[in-house]
Parts: sequence; structure tokens; C-alpha cells
Amino acid sequence: MAVAGPAPKIERQISLPFNQALKIAMRNITIRLGRALITGAGTMLGIAFLMSVFTGTLVQQARGTAIAPEQLSKNTWLVVMSLLVSVVGITNSMLMNVTERYKEIGTMKCLGALDNFIVRLFLLESGVLGFFGSLTGALIGALFMLLTGIGVLGRLNWVQLLIYLGICVGIGTVLSIVAAIPPAWRAANMHPADAMRTEI
Amino acid sequence: MARDDKLNGSNGTAANGVAVNGSGAKAPQAANGTANGASQDDYGNQEYIVRARGVTRMYDVGGQPVHALRGIDLDIRRGEYISIMGPSGSGKSTLFNMIGGLDKPTEGTVFIDEVDMAQLDAFELAWLRCRKIGYIFQTFNLIPVMTALENITLPMIFAGASTDEQLERGRELLEQVGIGHRMNNKPSQLSGGQQQRVAIARSLANQPAIILADEPTGNLDQKTGKEIIELLKRLNRESGVTIITATHDDKMLDVSDRIVWVSDGKIEKVKRREEVDITLGTLEGSVH
Repeated sequence: MAVAGPAPKIERQISLPFNQALKIAMRNITIRLGRALITGAGTMLGIAFLMSVFTGTLVQQARGTAIAPEQLSKNTWLVVMSLLVSVVGITNSMLMNVTERYKEIGTMKCLGALDNFIVRLFLLESGVLGFFGSLTGALIGALFMLLTGIGVLGRLNWVQLLIYLGICVGIGTVLSIVAAIPPAWRAANMHPADAMRTEI
Repeated sequence: MARDDKLNGSNGTAANGVAVNGSGAKAPQAANGTANGASQDDYGNQEYIVRARGVTRMYDVGGQPVHALRGIDLDIRRGEYISIMGPSGSGKSTLFNMIGGLDKPTEGTVFIDEVDMAQLDAFELAWLRCRKIGYIFQTFNLIPVMTALENITLPMIFAGASTDEQLERGRELLEQVGIGHRMNNKPSQLSGGQQQRVAIARSLANQPAIILADEPTGNLDQKTGKEIIELLKRLNRESGVTIITATHDDKMLDVSDRIVWVSDGKIEKVKRREEVDITLGTLEGSVH
């Protein structure tokens, strides 16, 4: 009766250390680099836009011009829309990823992977993509707007710019992870017996 | 860790017990010829690694109940090499999944190594799949992004083995299945036979008690298929691991200790290899 023990003990016996999970996730990203770049590009564009709005505000502040409130609300609206589009894009791309790796996921489950390993792998993958995508996006967005305010760079609030950069990367990463939850959930809930089926 | 040791210990004894079985040639198998369905009294008998009692499985397909299995009784000894045959739709796959801890019976019980599958929660099932059962698939199912060695070490990662242990045992297993020189190749760089060898090595990663092989030669040519069968038989003899295959391959039947025919959700017949050898020609026709 070796197996019949309380669940927590068993849980500890089956493990997927974070560094191994990260390694597998990174591998999955690099092997499908083309698609990963497209997914990342979605985040990048959304975040670049957000960052450009932030930077634009700072540049205008440095110039000493006030921002019209209607301009601000319009920008907010546009930013929210663009981020929503990126989220939908990521979810879609990850769903495709799950479908493509159906057999792989089933195999992993047959090898003893718990549902939460699968969830973790997909969230990590999306999180890593989101992090790099939004970092690139934030840098591009900031750079672009800084070029428009090239004359006032000396008076710019650089600390605030860095804070905005951090916020953008944070938002991008979190949104990417959130966007991957439905596909990861679907992957984790698939039946391992499906991996045994040959025609998928 | 204490639990770990205990489990490894029980694995060890299993292997020993089997070694005796194996060297005892056909005598114990002959005694077991009638075990299927008949011996209700031998519950708790450590001899059996798999015991199914009155297993039924019903699926609900569009509101219509479909009986995939209609009362299966089956005992499989430790160290036995069993082939399960049956046309598609016979319930063979369902039975196979049940033995593999991938599916639970609607009624009846399946004991794997004295543990009632129905009592296990998700963690315990995962543990069982990780430690007790090794899977081999018709389509190899290696993880395409990993090298041969990484594919083999994956179940060991799940089982919490240290990196050194993983590498050492991974290399050992690859040598054992005869492809030590291809350890850093990705599955796409390997032939079908080599991929199946990696899959066999992977199934052995955590020293399981049972290897479940679903049509392991189905995607291989005759010669490679024969090599794979010989490899499985050798592992069965040497390490005493119980091998359960679903197959249509006559060569596989030839090395099996017993052959189980499933038809219409029931066990049609169980025969020892010696009995089948005589009638193989006629059976072949009826099975396909």
C-alpha cells in the first residue's frame, strides 16, 4: 500500500523545480521563435503605445505646456483598447500553441506531470515573452517620444520616466500572464489518455 | 525521502521476485493460465501487479450510454509479458488506459500493485504514472524540443531526482537501449527505431513496475519492429519489469508469456504463448 498516503506527501514527491520549468519554457520559446516573436510583437506594440503616451506627457511637462484633459482621456481610451487587443492576441496565440502541443502535454501528463506543472509551463512561457516584449516596446515607445522632445531633454523628469518604464514592463508581463490563463487551463485539463490516441 | 526509500525498496523486491519467476521458466505461468476471472480468493497476493475485477466502463455519447467494457477480470503477474489484442472499438484501449491509470472504471476495481485506482486522487495518480508505470506509444511521443537525454531525464525531474542522478541514469539507460551515441540529438534527428528506443529508455526512467506499450511497433518497419520487440523482451527478462502491450504484431505475440483477446468489451480468451504457437496461423485471420 505504498501509494495510499495523504495527498500533501505525494505532492511533494512530484516536483518541477522553477529553474527546470524556466528552462523548458525558454526552450519552447526559442524553438518556435517565429511565432514567439509575433506574440511578443503584439505586447510590444501595445506597450510601446502606452509608454509613448507616458513619455509624451513628460515631454510636454518639460516644455511647460499643459495637457488638455480631453486629449488625456482620448489617450487613455486608445491605450486601453490597444492593450486589450494585445491580450486577445496573446490568448489566441497561446491557444494555438496548446492545440499544437496537445500530444506533448498528454505525454507529459503520462510521465507524471501534475496539472499545475502544465499551467506553470504555459504561464512562464507567456510571462517571459511578455517581459521581453514589453521591455522592447517600452524602450521603443520612450525613444520615439524622446526624439520629438529632443530640445527639452535636460529638463525632463528622468526618474519619472524610469518609473513609467517599470510600470509598462510590469503591465505587459502581467497582462501576458493573465492572457495565457485560459489556454493554460485548457491544456492542464486535457485527458492524458488523449496522448495515447494516434490520430490527433 | 523516507517514503522514497521504502518505495524503492519495494521495487527492488519486485524485481527479485520476478527474476525468480523468469528463471523458473514456464512453470509459474502455466499455473497462472486459469488465473483470469477464476481466482477471486487470491486478493492480497503480492504475485500480481495488476488485478482487475468486474471492470465496466460506460461512456455517455450524446445521451446514449455506450459500454466500452462489460465486466473484465484480469490478473497480471509481476514480470509477465502480456499482449492484449482486439480490433478497434473492442474496448482494448479503454482497458489499456485503465491499467495505465489514465482512466477509472465505472464499476469494479483495478488494483495496481495492491492499490485500488479508484481511491487515488489527482496527485496520487500522477505519482503512480511517474513512478510505477512507464508508457511507450505507437507514435513515440518524444518531446520534440528536447534532446534524447533530456527526454529521458524529464520523468526523473518530476520524480525529484538530483541533476547528477538524472544524467548518470539517463546515460546508463541510453546505453542500455543501444543509442548512447545519439544522446544529444533531437527526436527529429533520429530514425523511428531510435526514437522508440529513446521512448523505451524514458519509460524506464524511474524504474517502473509496469511498462505499458501501445502498439510500439505499429509505426516501424518489420526489421526495426523486431529489434524493438527483442529489446523489450530483454528488458523484461533482465530487469523483471512487467510489460503489457497492445499489439497486432505476430512477432510481439511470439515473445509474450500470455495473450489476451478483447472483443466487445469482454475478454474473449486468454492463452499462453505455447498454446498460441500452434494456432497462430488461423488466429491471425480472425483477429484482423
